[in-house]
Amino acid sequence: MTIQASPVQSYRDDFSFRNSSAAIRRFPFPFTEDSYLYSVNIEPATSRDPGSIYQHGFDIDEHYRSEMAERALVLDKDPRRYLVLPHMQVAAWDALQMLMEHLAADYPQWFSLVREGDHWHWRNTLLNIDQHFVFGDATSLPCEPLEFIGRQVQGDFALLDQRDGDLYMDAGLVTSPADWSLAFDAGMSFKQWHSPVPMAHQMGIFDRALKYLLNLQVGQPVRRLNWTLTINPRLDSSPETFHEWGADRGRITAENVGQQVHLRVELQVMARLPRSNAVMFSIRTYLISMQELVTQSGWGCRLHRVLRDLPEPIADYKGMSRYRQTLVEWLSRFDPQA
Amino acid sequence: MSAAIEVRVSAARMLTPVVREFTLQACAGLLPAFSPGSHVQVHLPLAEGKLRNAYSLTSDPADIQHYRIAVRLQEASRGGSHYLHRQVQVGDTLQISPPANLFALHSTASLHILIAGGIGITPFMAYIAALEQRKAHFELHYLCRPGLSDAYVEALQQRLGSRLHTYASRPDLSRILRDRPLGSHLYTCGPQPLLDAVRQQAKALGWPTGRVHWEAFNAAQPGQPFDLELLRSGRRLRVGIEQSLLEALESAGLQIPNLCRGGVCGQCMTRHVSGDIEHRDSFLSPAEQADFLMPCVSRGCGPCVSLDL
Repeated sequence: MTIQASPVQSYRDDFSFRNSSAAIRRFPFPFTEDSYLYSVNIEPATSRDPGSIYQHGFDIDEHYRSEMAERALVLDKDPRRYLVLPHMQVAAWDALQMLMEHLAADYPQWFSLVREGDHWHWRNTLLNIDQHFVFGDATSLPCEPLEFIGRQVQGDFALLDQRDGDLYMDAGLVTSPADWSLAFDAGMSFKQWHSPVPMAHQMGIFDRALKYLLNLQVGQPVRRLNWTLTINPRLDSSPETFHEWGADRGRITAENVGQQVHLRVELQVMARLPRSNAVMFSIRTYLISMQELVTQSGWGCRLHRVLRDLPEPIADYKGMSRYRQTLVEWLSRFDPQA
Repeated sequence: MSAAIEVRVSAARMLTPVVREFTLQACAGLLPAFSPGSHVQVHLPLAEGKLRNAYSLTSDPADIQHYRIAVRLQEASRGGSHYLHRQVQVGDTLQISPPANLFALHSTASLHILIAGGIGITPFMAYIAALEQRKAHFELHYLCRPGLSDAYVEALQQRLGSRLHTYASRPDLSRILRDRPLGSHLYTCGPQPLLDAVRQQAKALGWPTGRVHWEAFNAAQPGQPFDLELLRSGRRLRVGIEQSLLEALESAGLQIPNLCRGGVCGQCMTRHVSGDIEHRDSFLSPAEQADFLMPCVSRGCGPCVSLDL
C-alpha cells in the first residue's frame, strides 16, 4: 500500500473516489447468506486474517489521506459534527490514548508515540504532524483531544457514557454518518438513538445488545458489521446535508446504477475505555460501487438475492425504495437462477 | 477472559492491626489504566487449591505505575486474607486479573455522598482522588473502629477537612440522607448490615433507587464439601471445604465468565439440575434460584449437585 504517494480523492462534487483491486478484494462484504435479517452479530474484536480489515484494531487503508481531507472539509463547514459534553473529558483522553497506542503499535512506519510520564510525543508522518503535549492538558494541543486524534484516524467515533444501567451518546466526532446526526442524537440513551430502526425493537435486539455492551470489559473489545446503500461515494450522508444528496436517490437509471449505487459497510468496534468507564463506539465506513463489487465471484449474485427479498420496512429505513427495483434488475444478471 | 497480569509487591505496610496494604507494580510494561471503583481479582495459590479474591483498587486512577489494595484479615475466612497477611512478602510476584468496574461513579451527579463501613473505605480512596481532580462536590462518612478498622483515617482528615465525617458507631443515617440537593448520588460500601440500613433509610426518605449505589463486601465463605456432577461432560469433581464451587470448576480447567466473585454481578450464572443448594448470592430472584445458581458464592448442601455444564 502506498498511502504517502496516493493522490487525494474526493467524496463529493466530482466523486473521484475509487477502490484499487486490492481494496476491492479486502472489502468487508457483509452477507453470509442469501437473505438478511437483523441479528446481534457481535464477535470479539481479535486480530485475524493478516491484510484484512480485521488485522488491526483500527484499519488504515489506501483512502487515508482522502478521508482525512474530507473530514477536515466537513468540520470546517460544520463544527457541530464534533461534540464533547463536560463530563466526557476523561473519556476523550481515553479515546486519544487508545487510538494513538493502537496506531503506533500496528503501523510503526507511519505513527509513533513516545511517553515519558505525562509528556507524550506523537508523530504522524502521513499528515506531517509532530506534536509534543501533556496528557490530560488540552491547552498543550492545538485543539481538544478527541478532535486532535479524530482528524488523524479513519472512521467516526462516538463516546458513550455508562450510567443508570444505560449508555448515553455524550461525545463524538461524526463526519461520515449513514443518515444520522450526532448533534441530534447528543445526550440520547441507547434505545432513544436507535428508535428509528424498524422491526429490531420488537425482536428484542436492542435489549440484548445493550445488556451485552454494559458488560463490556477493558481489553476485550467487540465488533460487528452493518450495511446500507449510498448514491455516489459520499461519506457525508448526514441529515444536515440532506438537501445536497437526498434527491440523488431519484436519479438512478439502468445506465448509471452500476457506477453510482454503492454498498456502504460499517465496521463497528465497541471498546471499554479504562479511565472513564465509557464505551468507545467506532464506525469505520467502506464504500464500493456496484461495478466494483460484481468483479468478485459470488458477490453480485448474493447481493441480488438479499436486496430482492429484503423486508419492505428495512428497505425503506435504508433509503433504497426509490431505486430498489432498478438495482435488483441490474444485479439479476449476476444471478444464474434469476 | 483477559490474561492475568503478573505484578510484584513493591511495598507492604500495616494500616491498622488488621488491615495490610500492598503496592503492586507490573513485572513488565505498564499496568492498565482503570476507573475509580474498579477491583482486581488476586490469584492465591493455597495448599487446598487456587482461590481468587476480589479487592478494590485504592490507588489514584491517574497513576498507572502502581496499583494499591488494602486487605482486612478475616479470621473466619477461607485463608485468602491469611495468606496475604502472613505469607506474601515485598518482592513476591502475584497474578491478578485486569481491573473491572461494578461500582462506577455517576458522571452527572451534582453531589456525591459516600458512606463507608470499615474496609469498605477501599473503593472510595480511588473515588476521592478522581473527585478531587474533577473538582466535584463530595463528602465522606466513615464508620470505623478507632485503632482497628480505621485505615487511612489520618490521611483523610488532613486531605478532606470538614468533608470527612467519622463515626465510631452506627450514625443516624436519616441525618445524612435527609434534605439533600436534587442531583445527589449516594454510594455505600461495607458490611451487609450497613448496606441494608443505608438502602432502607434512603428508600424511607424517598431517594430514587437509581441514585443509591452500593457494593457489598461479599466473598465466598467456606462450607461442607460436596460432589459435583457435570452433565454435559460426564465429569465428577469434589468441592473442598475452603473452595468455592467456581474455584473447583476453574481448577478442573473450565472457563466460567465472572467479575465480582461475590454473588452480585450475575456473570457466572449456571443452571443446576439436581441436588440441594444453599444460595448465598444477591443477584438471582427466588424464582430464578429454582433453576440457576451463582457458583462464586453458592454451594451444595447435600452429597451431590449436578450442573448443566
